[in-house]
Amino acid sequence: MDQPVFIAGLGVISAIGNTVAQNRLSLEQEKTGIAPIQYLDTEHRDEFPVGEVKLSNDELAGLSGFKRGISRTAMLSLIAAREALTDTGITNLAGLRTGFISANTVGGMDKTENFFRDFLSDNTKGRLRNVVNHECGAITNLVADQLGIRHYVGTISTACSSSANAIMYGARLIKNNMLDVVIAGGTDALTRFTLNGFNTLMILDKQPCQPFDANRRGLNLGEGAGYVVLVSKRIVSALKKELYCSLSGYHNTNDAYHQTASSPEGTGSLLAMEGALKKSGLQTADIGYINLHGTGTQNNDSSEGAAIGKLFAGYSPKMSSTKAFTGHTLGASGGIEAVFSALAVQRGLLYPNLRFEKQMEGFPFTPETRFSMQPEIKHVLSNSFGFGGNCSSLIFSKL
Amino acid sequence: MYIKAASNISPQNTFGNQPYLSELAEYTGEQLTCIEPEYKTLIDPKLIRRMSRIIKMGVATGMDCLHQAGINAPDAIITGTAYGCLADTNTFLSKMVQQNEDALSPTPFIQSTHNTISAQIALLLQCHQYNNTFVNGGASFENALLDAMMLLYEGTAANVLVGGIDEITANSHAILKRMGLYRRFPVSNFELLNIPGEGTMAGEGAAFFMLSQEASGNDWAKIEGVSSFYKPRSIAEIQQHINTFLLTRHIDINEIDLVITGNNGDLKNDTVYGQLQQYDFANIPAINYKALCGEYPTSSAFAMWLAAHEIKNGVCSFVPQSNQIPLKKVLIYNHYQNIHHSLILLSAC
Repeated sequence: MDQPVFIAGLGVISAIGNTVAQNRLSLEQEKTGIAPIQYLDTEHRDEFPVGEVKLSNDELAGLSGFKRGISRTAMLSLIAAREALTDTGITNLAGLRTGFISANTVGGMDKTENFFRDFLSDNTKGRLRNVVNHECGAITNLVADQLGIRHYVGTISTACSSSANAIMYGARLIKNNMLDVVIAGGTDALTRFTLNGFNTLMILDKQPCQPFDANRRGLNLGEGAGYVVLVSKRIVSALKKELYCSLSGYHNTNDAYHQTASSPEGTGSLLAMEGALKKSGLQTADIGYINLHGTGTQNNDSSEGAAIGKLFAGYSPKMSSTKAFTGHTLGASGGIEAVFSALAVQRGLLYPNLRFEKQMEGFPFTPETRFSMQPEIKHVLSNSFGFGGNCSSLIFSKL
Repeated sequence: MYIKAASNISPQNTFGNQPYLSELAEYTGEQLTCIEPEYKTLIDPKLIRRMSRIIKMGVATGMDCLHQAGINAPDAIITGTAYGCLADTNTFLSKMVQQNEDALSPTPFIQSTHNTISAQIALLLQCHQYNNTFVNGGASFENALLDAMMLLYEGTAANVLVGGIDEITANSHAILKRMGLYRRFPVSNFELLNIPGEGTMAGEGAAFFMLSQEASGNDWAKIEGVSSFYKPRSIAEIQQHINTFLLTRHIDINEIDLVITGNNGDLKNDTVYGQLQQYDFANIPAINYKALCGEYPTSSAFAMWLAAHEIKNGVCSFVPQSNQIPLKKVLIYNHYQNIHHSLILLSAC
């Protein structure tokens, strides 16, 4: 039953580019996407830098093909999911059991916020079309309809680990011989709801964030979408394009420590990484690069650092958080970072941890500070941890 | 796969050892509201104060289910909820708009996250195992159930806690009402399905199940399968899904002893059920369940509780004595707004 699952297509849109090629170029050129708020309509506009996709809603409508007025979450999703599907070279889904497993945490909240301005003063007011896609699942449906996928549609929401769990669920649907092809990942748009929510938790950095740095001050929120196309071994021979890598390991755990804070010793993160290694049959020393969850908050980075310090004791793994480029894209982060990880393992790309200056106390490793090519990378570990203690790790392996 | 235990907070007296059928709750108007238990014996009172209604209902049924099964360390906790924690979302969103993004409290934001119920149960149990939350509209519970069944099949879990939860809030109801989901004239839930019209009645509920790979000798029922399908284009496609679902499980439709369908009293919505009852389900005793719990995206969790409950009792309480046959196989067919359709098949152990 445990047949391998391969990655045959990638798609991403984030603060550092609207396509996989643009994202890769920004990563190689060490160009951050963190900037003052340009598009989000908020009172905190001049207070917090963010990782916005550098397109207005009208421009996103044009690019996605959705009509104007659709949630930004859906537009980002469609652009990246379509790029991923196109990338596989599969032109006809008929005859293939195809699934779309998409994660998000905000749903159509960007539109609901506008609706509530009118609705709260008079509950007969506000345009219904602005709340009709409020649910997370409605965003997935909108995109599935555009992609022409009906065989299996699923939506996951486990906070910041959401899209890592979507990829894991997608892989298991293939392994259980229920599907042949799964577009899996996630999407999230910046909203006032999340910006204000994270602000109440006092974990937003007023400067560009510095993940895994001793002087880190918090996270920058970002937005975007990232999807991988998972395929079964059975259909690989029918593909005309080279595969990126395999998804060799994954594991989902719970930290069970606090609703929003991670345990100091990183219990959940350690169990997730250990479980993923076990699933892939790999040893700690096999991991050539760790794409950190690395949000830039005091709590996450020290907790994740504690777990990595313990698991990789005696080794010197290379690692970085790409959130210094994209910001923390919440429900999309596992998907976006899966795309980065697949590229890293296929091409031997080692991304820098931008703005890293000072080593965290007690943490034995130093994140990468410059972009480099490392063709010897065989396996990449990607971490995604979230509110509610949800921890998931994925491992991507070279073919 | 076996249903070792089940727990259900619904608009009926379904929680605990209540004789829910002898005292069916009647509601007249637009909605059916959950009958909530005394939470003090189920959850630490210090924690209850901070929990919103949906979190209390979800955590209470989840914990009760574990308690019944005698399991305090499940191998996975999985929930399905279309809307998530609406009350907390509403509080944070409303304050944010009213206070112009100023001086907000973090608590409702923290608890608005869709995975809060799974997370709270894990936290109470100190359970570090697999934890997932599906938010897939009318197939949220079905996604969760499939995940649970795959975990058991893969052999990575022996006992999985899985549930479906959704709540009604004043604002969500006002919005859905404006979208035309509910009856414009008050009707009793007892009459809802007898007097078809435009719209249905809103419902809500929290139902959890403890699923095990191994039989315990005291299980409620066995799960034979779950399948969901998306936006079928025709009745023929729905029929094909049902046939394939049964065929792959080597079951003839005539072996089904009872069909539980998701009729909700809305003429347009119920057309599908009518057609199936005329042909495919014509010779099978059929009951429906939304007169008991109302319409909501995870109502199939209520239906699964009902099916398991009837199987456990051996006979169907809604079928006249004279027509009673022992329940061996029960099929649930539901769709939510013709978007997500689903089939769940249970059998006697």
